[in-house]
Amino acid sequence: MVLVRNGDGSLFEATVDQIKADLEEGCEDAVTRGKIAPLTSDELDRLLEICCTPAKFIGTETGNELVLTYDGGTLKMLRLGIPIGRTQIIQTHERAFGADTMELAHIDYSYKAIKPIVAEERAELEQALLVTVLPLFYGAMPNLGLYSQPDGPIPNPAELLPMGKIEEARDAQEEAVKLAVSDMVYVAGRMYEGGADGINFDTTGAAGDSDFLAALQATEKLKEKYPDICIEMGMAGEFVIGMHGELTYDGVRLAGLYPHQQVKLAAKAGVRIFGAVVNTNSSKSFPWNLARAVTFMKACVDASEIPVHANVGMGVGGVPVVDTTPVDAVSRVSVAMAEIARLDGL
Amino acid sequence: MAITHALAAGMGGVRTTGDLVARMQMSRGMRLGEAKAYVAEKLGVSVEDLTDEVVMGEVRQDLGLGRVHAVAGEPKGMEAKFRIARLLGIEINSVNRFLKKSSLG
Repeated sequence: MVLVRNGDGSLFEATVDQIKADLEEGCEDAVTRGKIAPLTSDELDRLLEICCTPAKFIGTETGNELVLTYDGGTLKMLRLGIPIGRTQIIQTHERAFGADTMELAHIDYSYKAIKPIVAEERAELEQALLVTVLPLFYGAMPNLGLYSQPDGPIPNPAELLPMGKIEEARDAQEEAVKLAVSDMVYVAGRMYEGGADGINFDTTGAAGDSDFLAALQATEKLKEKYPDICIEMGMAGEFVIGMHGELTYDGVRLAGLYPHQQVKLAAKAGVRIFGAVVNTNSSKSFPWNLARAVTFMKACVDASEIPVHANVGMGVGGVPVVDTTPVDAVSRVSVAMAEIARLDGL
Repeated sequence: MAITHALAAGMGGVRTTGDLVARMQMSRGMRLGEAKAYVAEKLGVSVEDLTDEVVMGEVRQDLGLGRVHAVAGEPKGMEAKFRIARLLGIEINSVNRFLKKSSLG
């Protein structure tokens, strides 16, 4: 018997045959939903080995290491309740945590919210850049939800849709796209002019297909103004929710796209690093989720012309849905993503 | 969690060459293998050496690329980034801004 975890993080005992069956089912679920290639038998065997090793912590073989980017970078230590300045957090990641890159982020992590305080944000970015070596992103969310009433000026699509006002809801979302693009271009432009090495559009698609469209259009505009700018686009979920349903980019309908399809549009818009997401199902086992996530990620890497960094935080990429994530599961995700999905980064 | 990923599969940041490989992904859009090969060639080391703290500690010290320890007399922060930009043959946004704001460039 082998001790393995569920998608909610809890431990249970399983036979090797049970784990193998879960790996095959998780892979098959990704194949069916994404219409993508399955993992090979060798890759499933390696996943079985990763899941069954009794070690508490595992690491990838030398030579398979990948680059790490950090969405929400400086937020994480503040959420722990540690009273520490953001520049110190960046320095701590650089000097103590082995971080390859880092991200300056505001606790109100949306471009709309940052617009009024962009000068203060940029001042901190400029000073952090003087005392650090690692590449420094500035990141926030497109977060189109903030443009709807009562938080914003436009009618709320989530209220219009249940009333059957489909066209009104679509019009509202299209208006939100214009406002969000304006805010994202403004804030990202100010940060890039302040010296940022990159801009992160994090949790893209959180409000659906209009959210994804806003990030794509903002990327286009920024690349036009700053041809060398590095934009990382991290997604909110594994497929784009069709809150609007008819929005397109480059002739492709956005609703329902999976990572291997999203990445092509992101690259077309000018994104330089794509942050793919696969959701964790807390009702399934860790092996099921890991195989499913690796299958999706491998397809995304194969389809991409730009570097792909998998989102592997709590609740995505096979990582269990639990606040204090188990080291055994997280390290297995790292190794599987590096060795089987062959990602460019996490 | 970030530390777990860094230990399990990360490049190592300024402990080794993670920041340099990341810069090639960010500035040129290089995939991982290409970025590693590019950095190794520029540093005059093998790809396997890129994540060896002992080898890279010496290389970073010799080239003044910034290290984990803030050693007296060695380049740090912006000073090291000037050297990184020149070594890798890339534009670093904050380095260019420093030149402009200090009226040196």
